[in-house]
Amino acid sequence: MIRFDNVAKRYPAGREGLARVSLQVKPGELVFVTGHSGAGKSTLLKLIGLLERTTRGQVWVNKRNLNRLKARDVPYHRREVGMIFQDHRLLADRTVFDNVALPLVVAGMGYQEIQRRVHAALDKVGLLDKERSQPVTLSGGEQQRVGIARTLVSKPPVLLADEPTGNLDPKLSREIMELFLQFNQVGVTMLIATHDIDLIQGFGKRIVQLHKGRILYDSGAVT
Amino acid sequence: MKHNTTPTSFRRNRNPLTWLARHVQNALASLGRLARQPLPTLMTTAVIGIAIALPSGLYLLVDDVRELTGNWDGGSSISLFLTDGIDDRKAAVVRDTLARRSDVGDTRLITRAQALEEFRQRSDFGEALDLLDRNPLPAVILIRPAPFASSAADTERLAKELEQYREIALVRVDLQWIRRLEAITHTLERSILVLAGLLSTAVLLIIGNTVRLEIQNRHHEIEVIRLVGGTDAFIRRPFLYEGLWYGLLGALIALLLVTLGLGLMQGPVQHLAGLYASEFRLKLITPGTLLSILLGGPLLGLAGAWLAVGRHLARIQPE
Ligand SMILES: Nc1ncnc2c1ncn2[C@@H]1O[C@H](COP(=O)(O)OP(=O)(O)O)[C@@H](O)[C@H]1O
Ligand SMILES: [Mg+2]
Repeated sequence: MIRFDNVAKRYPAGREGLARVSLQVKPGELVFVTGHSGAGKSTLLKLIGLLERTTRGQVWVNKRNLNRLKARDVPYHRREVGMIFQDHRLLADRTVFDNVALPLVVAGMGYQEIQRRVHAALDKVGLLDKERSQPVTLSGGEQQRVGIARTLVSKPPVLLADEPTGNLDPKLSREIMELFLQFNQVGVTMLIATHDIDLIQGFGKRIVQLHKGRILYDSGAVT
Repeated sequence: MKHNTTPTSFRRNRNPLTWLARHVQNALASLGRLARQPLPTLMTTAVIGIAIALPSGLYLLVDDVRELTGNWDGGSSISLFLTDGIDDRKAAVVRDTLARRSDVGDTRLITRAQALEEFRQRSDFGEALDLLDRNPLPAVILIRPAPFASSAADTERLAKELEQYREIALVRVDLQWIRRLEAITHTLERSILVLAGLLSTAVLLIIGNTVRLEIQNRHHEIEVIRLVGGTDAFIRRPFLYEGLWYGLLGALIALLLVTLGLGLMQGPVQHLAGLYASEFRLKLITPGTLLSILLGGPLLGLAGAWLAVGRHLARIQPE
């Protein structure tokens, strides 16, 4: 589903984000990406979501070579790759419903279908009663779940989460992770970046550890 | 895992109904956003309105002035001095023949006796004339070109034709003043064109700048929309509609200002015209001007928004 071939990413300032990373993720797999701050976790995910482009090497997602993807196709690629961030990236001036509906509105879906799907997604994250609320009135954990509902609503085959529990206490963090594991059961391919190794060790899922832009350890390496 | 070298193409939404619904929704949403900030919106549209109203109003005025030159009292009259042997009866026949021409307006015959009388009253040589045993003055026919044929060129052509008449000895036409008037209206028209160009550019920049600020204000929203797969067209659309609305609202304000301004001038102008015994009235607006304001305003708005969008949207990318 996702493949990195000798990928390097160098930022304009000359900083190295990734250096020669090769990686394969099978359809439906859940991979935790760990490493210290600055190890390159965010860079790895950004290359998949095309928030950044590679400097060297190739990234394949869903049988498409991202290097060859034209700028006008990037939005359509992003519709297949849901992204979740530590800071939620919700729109403060819109209700929870409107936030979750955004990917469907953008895709030009009809209102009835949007309503049905948004309710289903909010139900899955346990926030059905909050659809009319403004995001700021919600707790950190709830806001993160709105962000998750927003990616689930369009049923993307790939889901990326960058430090989704970064601001949450251990109990809430666990709940969020268990939510992800649930969605993984229905076949979504997932990459979750976190520096919290203690949190993810008990789940029995593949762990890729990055260090200074290289893969230091991969519990599920194919070769 | 096998990878295709040629990527499968993405599914794009091409349902015309959803497309139309989205445009209507966007148009209304943009209007709603303007309505939620009534004061800034009013100020921007008022500036645009004034910028459009100024050249439009001036254009209408000059148009009126040009029309006025056609029936200005004492306009470009042509004096026809008749041949010596023509008596009063024959002169009247010539006058009637000329009056039947479609390109001739008013006609007036000054008989030889009348000419002599006038000369006597107006000049110091009146007594000298008494020494002559016969009236040396010819009969004169004064004509004025018909209103539709009163330009300098038309008048000149008419004069040429009248010279061919056997009964007419001399044609005298004073084109000086009408040429001046034509030159003045021409200059005014050109100035208005230049002014319209400058003010259109101003409108373009005002709307461009307003839309640019709006883009900056909604920076975060644009990033999030890109993140969830919004296309450039989707992101662009509300801003283009905003420009369109600014232009349309500005155009409506311009119409109001032009009508109001010319309406205020109507009274004094009619009074002035009355002093010249003229029925002249300013026309408040013409269909052509109405149409060009109502089309030009939104078009300028759209263009201004397009400039801003083209320059600033691409720079806003999620990270
Ligand atoms: N936008 C950027 N500009 C310059 N350097 C960057 C940028 N983003 C990341 N980096 C650098 O790339 C390296 C990897 O960063 P990142 O992928 O964010 O690591 P992590 O997410 O594991 O903390 C760091 O050295 C960081 O300073
Ligand atoms: Mg990071």
